[in-house]
Amino acid sequence: MTSTDPMAEIRASFFIECEELLESLQDGLEALGSGDSDPETINIVFRAVHSIKGGAGAFGLDQLVEFAHSYETVLDGVRSGETEITPDLMRLLFQSGDILSDLVRLSRDDEPIEKSLTEATYAALKEVAGSSDEEEPEADIDFQPMGLAFDFADLAEEKNAFIITFKPEAELFTSGNEPLHLFRTLAELGNITVTCDASALPIIEDMDIAQGYLSWTLRLETDAEKTAVQEVFEFVEGLCDLKIEDDIDLPALPDLAPLEPVAETVSEAIVPLSATAPSAPAEAKTAAAPKPTVRVDLERVDRLVNLVGELVINQAMLSQSISDTGIPGSSEIATGLEEFMRLTRDIQDSVMMIRAQPIKSLFQRMSRIVRESSAAIGKDVKFVTEGENTEIDKTVIERLSDPLTHMIRNAVDHGLESNADRVAAGKPEQGIVKLSAIHRSGRVIIEISDDGAGINRPKVQQIAIEKGLIAKDTQLSDAETDNLLFAAGFSTATEVSNLSGRGVGMDVVRSAIQSLGGRISIASTPGSGTTFTISLPLTLAVMDGMVINVADQAMVVPLNSIAETLALTQNDIEQLGPNKHLVRNRDTFVPLLDLGVELGYRHALPSYEGAVVLLISQEDGSRAALVVDTIQDQRQVVIKGLEESYGRVPGVAAATILGDGQIALILDPTDIISNASLGAAPDDAPFAIAG
Amino acid sequence: MAEMELIKETGDVELLSFRISEQEYSLDIMSVREIRSWTKATPLPHSPSYVRGVINLRGTVLPIIDLSARLGLEKSEQSERDVIIVVHMFDQTVGLLVDAVIDILAVPHNEMQQPPEIGTDTGPAFVNALTLVEGRMIRLLDLASIMPRTEGKAA
Repeated sequence: MTSTDPMAEIRASFFIECEELLESLQDGLEALGSGDSDPETINIVFRAVHSIKGGAGAFGLDQLVEFAHSYETVLDGVRSGETEITPDLMRLLFQSGDILSDLVRLSRDDEPIEKSLTEATYAALKEVAGSSDEEEPEADIDFQPMGLAFDFADLAEEKNAFIITFKPEAELFTSGNEPLHLFRTLAELGNITVTCDASALPIIEDMDIAQGYLSWTLRLETDAEKTAVQEVFEFVEGLCDLKIEDDIDLPALPDLAPLEPVAETVSEAIVPLSATAPSAPAEAKTAAAPKPTVRVDLERVDRLVNLVGELVINQAMLSQSISDTGIPGSSEIATGLEEFMRLTRDIQDSVMMIRAQPIKSLFQRMSRIVRESSAAIGKDVKFVTEGENTEIDKTVIERLSDPLTHMIRNAVDHGLESNADRVAAGKPEQGIVKLSAIHRSGRVIIEISDDGAGINRPKVQQIAIEKGLIAKDTQLSDAETDNLLFAAGFSTATEVSNLSGRGVGMDVVRSAIQSLGGRISIASTPGSGTTFTISLPLTLAVMDGMVINVADQAMVVPLNSIAETLALTQNDIEQLGPNKHLVRNRDTFVPLLDLGVELGYRHALPSYEGAVVLLISQEDGSRAALVVDTIQDQRQVVIKGLEESYGRVPGVAAATILGDGQIALILDPTDIISNASLGAAPDDAPFAIAG
Repeated sequence: MAEMELIKETGDVELLSFRISEQEYSLDIMSVREIRSWTKATPLPHSPSYVRGVINLRGTVLPIIDLSARLGLEKSEQSERDVIIVVHMFDQTVGLLVDAVIDILAVPHNEMQQPPEIGTDTGPAFVNALTLVEGRMIRLLDLASIMPRTEGKAA
């Protein structure tokens, strides 16, 4: 039904590309900032900005073009060595990069761009650009003159001549480039002679229309520098065989005969080259090119994930029916099925890998947060990242952004002392905030640490008492005190600063992490800093669960929430009040919850003697014993969202599909326990199914 | 909204008609994705009585609404011949449980009538329009009022 606007699609893919370009821009800037003055690094930065400018021009995003242009001019100065890299310049370059990414984002969302956003930085860029008095060597396609001082004087007299040999590969055409346009652009630079070499053209029966068989030899007489000529081919780099050589033999003499003979000799020289190895250069190129990637719609990946989920279920059903027929395990069918099972699992793993992405983009965003928040409060902060190539599910990355932003701000604002205090404590003036990621036993561990003063525990306790979170005379261990930071309604900032105090506390951070199936912990050493450790599942798509039965319904309880399973004896059960029960477990009392009642599936059992219970233990310390009818087994289940298709169901985290094709609900024990403690009247509740 | 324009142009509305408790209802066929035979649904806790639960639709979770319960009609006997009509609207896909699918009808747009107002009925208006086909009254359902979104959140 949806009509697709090709222009909108191209625009969308431009913005996706922008994100990649901004990423490499950040990388390059960081390398520059750490003292890497490799010309290629500067080139990468320059090219990223240039490409964004080019694309923006095509879509008429004038403000973006304007800003990118002045940015590019400064970078060009750096590239040519005329502008020296100073800490001030680096700051400007970083800042400009941030603004550029803001502009890209605003343009993408069609939001208005406030002049104040770019003004100051724009002026600063122009100042640097102006002082370097830099000449712009590139061939501009479509934009406004900028009123910069260009100096063409020393170039005006010179005539350069280049011999360009150009052999496009098939990819050049599939990526929407067209040699004719390139030649036209070249022709704008000066006099051009084009010779086409069609010798590689096969007879028509053998022709593959997707292949390019033609190559060209061009002779260009121009005022422009070689770099300007190279820039024309910038966007087809890697998509063609390209050679640009100075034509030394032939100075541009006015009385020289027409240029054809020259072109012929050159094309003759070129022919054997392409004749001896018609396809070899193409292969060599692809080997040298960076790791090829494809951009795929996330929806398609999700569909694939779903299909593989189906495959796993089907395979389970097949195994079940084959074992039901009584075929011996040594038979060919059984061994073939085993192989099938292994393959299915491999496919499932590979599909899950598609969703995984390096966490780098998130870390880069955090580096900006550090720059901005440290500048806002005048602290000198060094941001260190580690393991930025660690891969994690894309959804996890997206949903980590907010909690991480908050924690990084906290580290800069509260974690680190002021510069003066640091010096007084005998530390280097510059504080360090470190963000690291690593894979450990099937989970991703992310650490946010600072080398600040550590948690001020007496102050934390005092605040907790003031806010009524703990009683005045409570004795707390250090770890318990630290964990008070996660309590709802706790914020250590005595005054609400610009950075923190945005209405989110660490309790929100913790619940965000928990909703991703993660855990967060805190460790602090007075005087030497605080470390937050987040542990996350690799993917949100599969989970270890225990399959149980309640009122004839199969359900799944997340394995990581189950501490142990018990069969109750009369001695284990204690009654409290008219209808509350407690389970005695190693001399502690745990509230007993009948899962069938909590879910509204059936009435309470008359007696819980002999009942099977799951002892649930949560990280926030809450415990409960859930009565279930039977325990089936323990297995890995594929998680299917329920909220998107139906809405939130109390006590249910998600759904999954079992081996018989039926949907089973994945329970959320924390939610069940907290709902139960609200004290609903169980006997009056309506029942979805009759007991 | 392009769909509505299309209807005006051609002058006909295509409807899928089906039976619920001896009454004939219909839906704009553009919102119908597929028709499936009944499979056992997994009940959802704390859900409204007309939500039968969820079924596995090729790997996705599909909520099932019992239309007769939703419309406040007498609950029909559950039978193997019951049919699930999968509809998609407002970015949401749900299955509607009905007794049987009857026909696909093309009804001229101008033959659709507003349902008459009766007394001070304050309940949700599930029926958008009425029309006559071969002497039978066909009720056109208002999908928006049937979707369980708000109820699902409130439950």
